[in-house]
Amino acid sequence: MRKNFNEELKKLKNEMLKMSSIVEESIYDSVEALKNQDLNLAEKVREKDDRIDEFEKKLEEKCIQLIALQQPVARDLRTIIVISKVVTDLERIGDHASNIALMVENIGQKKLIKPLIDVPRMTEIVNRRLRDSLKAFVEVDVDLAQKIALEDDEVDKLDEQILRELLTFMMEDPSTIGQAMYLIFISRFLERIGDHTTNICERIIYMDTGQRDEY
Amino acid sequence: MNNKTKVKVENLNCFYDDFQALKDINMEIKSKEITALIGPSGCGKSTFLRCLNRMNDLIEGARIEGIVCIDDYDIYQNGTDVVSLRKKVGMVFQQPNPFPKSIYDNIAYGPRIHGIKDRSRLNEIVEKSLKNSALWEEVKDRLDTSALDLSGGQQQRLCIARALAVEPDILLMDEPASALDPVATSRIEDLMKDLAENYTIVIVTHNMQQAARISDRTGFFLMGELIEFDRTETIFEKPAQQKTEDYITGRFG
Repeated sequence: MRKNFNEELKKLKNEMLKMSSIVEESIYDSVEALKNQDLNLAEKVREKDDRIDEFEKKLEEKCIQLIALQQPVARDLRTIIVISKVVTDLERIGDHASNIALMVENIGQKKLIKPLIDVPRMTEIVNRRLRDSLKAFVEVDVDLAQKIALEDDEVDKLDEQILRELLTFMMEDPSTIGQAMYLIFISRFLERIGDHTTNICERIIYMDTGQRDEY
Repeated sequence: MNNKTKVKVENLNCFYDDFQALKDINMEIKSKEITALIGPSGCGKSTFLRCLNRMNDLIEGARIEGIVCIDDYDIYQNGTDVVSLRKKVGMVFQQPNPFPKSIYDNIAYGPRIHGIKDRSRLNEIVEKSLKNSALWEEVKDRLDTSALDLSGGQQQRLCIARALAVEPDILLMDEPASALDPVATSRIEDLMKDLAENYTIVIVTHNMQQAARISDRTGFFLMGELIEFDRTETIFEKPAQQKTEDYITGRFG
């Protein structure tokens, strides 16, 4: 029953997953660009942000349309509201990836003040959490969503660690301040991406249970 | 909003000959609230509504077990005056059913039956009832014309005025807007909201959006059982029962 509505909802979910895979790719590429100091790749990441913005706009419109035309209630309504919230989180994550790319361009071809260890580790965690959160959405897996939400502490700790380490670099040698600042920003952008992923997990829990829990 | 209980239904069973139309219904209807009853055709919601003013007495083979208390008085106990019960518990039906009389006489009919003869008193009742049903401005200059000349929406508001004329406490409405266009429907819905300040309203509706829009509490009936009864927000945002969820999201089957 409600075949048409269910198909529309399925299409909407698929489009959101498409959007999330582009966002994920942007995060990955932005940090790859940093590792290899690849300015071309950084530019590509920034260009791709327009596509992500387009996705957000289009999906939000679709959510509004489905609510207006189909008057969904209960789980259907929660799902659509959650999708409209999640696409906003994804769009913000896209912005952060684009910001990282901008920092990479600012650093340019100058030699890195230290080998990158924690940033790639953070990126790996951040990307895995995002991927898993979308998996939790698809499978409506509240346990998984809770687990991922709790993993945000790990990201926060790495962000603090990076900040502390770079502070010592700056104190030792003020000529590193410029680049260290950019790296601190990058770390903070990754940390923010982690927060948005936590939001997504909270939404998934709401979608299934109707309860809003804060993590 | 936690009003006091107006109607208390306990272990209500209703049979039409061998067929059990209601199974062990327990429900508390709050005073000055709108309670909506939803569910697929044949689920028992209209039967339940008719139990509240003993309209089922008129159906041959109908049998009731259990207790229906209105203001702590069991309406099924021996010696209940059914006429004064139905004065207290008014009813509005799906199809507007004005009498083939003037607008004035439609409203004055009930009060006259209940013994009011004084013309100025009747005038007062007619005016007040028509004002309360938001029809007065449209008909005040033609009270002596036939009620059948009114539009469908106006006829339905006339029927509501007719029900109000005998000063009920409770209004039962069985699909009161399903024969009306969207404009007339929204007038009736606005009217119900206004009436709920002074009356307890129970409405049966097939239009779930209508239940969601206007009611304070919603009961979902299925095959003679009350599956879930809760605040309307809860029913439409996060119902506790899977059956409710399946029905309101249209996945019922």
